[in-house]
Amino acid sequence: MNRQGASAHGSHHGSEALTWVVFDSFIITVLVVMAVGYAVALRVSRGRGSWPVYRTTLWYLGVACLGVGLIGPIASAGHTSFTAHMFVHLLVGMVGPLLLVLAAPVTVALRALPLTSARWLSRTLRSLPVRIITHPLSAVLLNAGGLWLLYTTDLYHAMHSSVPVHALVHLHLFLAGYVLTASLVGVDPAPHRASMRMRSAALILFIAAHQILAKWLYAHPPDVVGRADGELGAQLMYYGGDVVDVSLIVLLFAGWYAATRPRVTRAARWPAEHPQDRFGSPRR
Amino acid sequence: MSISPGDPGQFPGPGAPQVPHARLDRRQVVSGFLFGCGIAASVIDLFIFHLVLQWHHFYDRSTPEVALIADGFFHAFGWFITVAGLFLLADVRRRSGINWRRWAGATATGVGLFQLFDGVVNHKVLRIHQIRYDVDVLPYDVVWIGSALIILAVGSFVLWRTRPREARATTRGREGT
Repeated sequence: MNRQGASAHGSHHGSEALTWVVFDSFIITVLVVMAVGYAVALRVSRGRGSWPVYRTTLWYLGVACLGVGLIGPIASAGHTSFTAHMFVHLLVGMVGPLLLVLAAPVTVALRALPLTSARWLSRTLRSLPVRIITHPLSAVLLNAGGLWLLYTTDLYHAMHSSVPVHALVHLHLFLAGYVLTASLVGVDPAPHRASMRMRSAALILFIAAHQILAKWLYAHPPDVVGRADGELGAQLMYYGGDVVDVSLIVLLFAGWYAATRPRVTRAARWPAEHPQDRFGSPRR
Repeated sequence: MSISPGDPGQFPGPGAPQVPHARLDRRQVVSGFLFGCGIAASVIDLFIFHLVLQWHHFYDRSTPEVALIADGFFHAFGWFITVAGLFLLADVRRRSGINWRRWAGATATGVGLFQLFDGVVNHKVLRIHQIRYDVDVLPYDVVWIGSALIILAVGSFVLWRTRPREARATTRGREGT
């Protein structure tokens, strides 16, 4: 757990190196809980039918993304290099949340929890505050707004000089990314899922805001960042963001495509009620 | 495999979400049109002319802030309508089958209309950006706008020729009449 940034500062501020150790230990604990929790939940609920292997794979890939982004060499490089910082931003704020959302953790939890706890969880997820925060527009505001604050104010500087600020920024980055992804293309039960039109508008708004910020950063990187580093980092944000954004668009429409699937079973089951339905199967 | 009204065998019955013929045909045309605009915006214009050739960009006339915002939304819309067009295509295909000539006509109309809009409104009226710089721009404009008109004309003609039978019979055709 020897962080370049931490050891460099360590000689001046012994307490800061200690705070980094606390931060790293905390992250490792959270990641282990996430990894073990999913496995335990699957094991507890194994009587409830099979669970697709790819969802489990997506969960562990997502946890790995957070791990690479928050601890280890790339995370350390992110303290001094804007490009590495942007790579961390992609992993923790976009790719990681997308993988974790697609692993359907809420469904896993609902399958595994005892009845009363499951009821409590679903009641909590239906509550007004959660509904407001998980609305696509508030999620866009939280996500894009947070990014604009981070890169257009002194916050970027602050997060690299204070461990608690660093931790809070990354927590926000991850949560905002998760909530936005879940509100747009989530596979977990969502009793108050916004309409396709609303989600489309929110996604276009988010892509525009994200890409405008990436281009703006190309010309105006944070003060402490060198020119070449700033340009490379902004390009990483732009093109890396594009890959995730197009995936989100495809997933959004794939969800619509599955939801509007022509269902012919009812017509096939009661042909007598609707004699005209005898031809009711869609031809390909 | 084409949309032919009057053949009940091609459509799901009331047990399925009902999508009437006219709407399905409209969805097919919208699909081609969006896809056409999408590839004109994100492939032809953005990729070839902006990124590969680097002949032009959106930074000219207005303030950099306005240019950035316009660019961001243009980018977002370009990707969105490209994907949307393809998924609408898949939807029409699974419900009834595609009349590919009609879809191609709609796509050409989308490409042509987008290029025409870009060439006339963005380049000439608003003067947001030009095709190329430091050269006599007239031949480029003639080729750009001329090819847009030709593509648009071909697309509209194909759309008109392939309009559904019921639209022809009642002369309620949306296009070409």
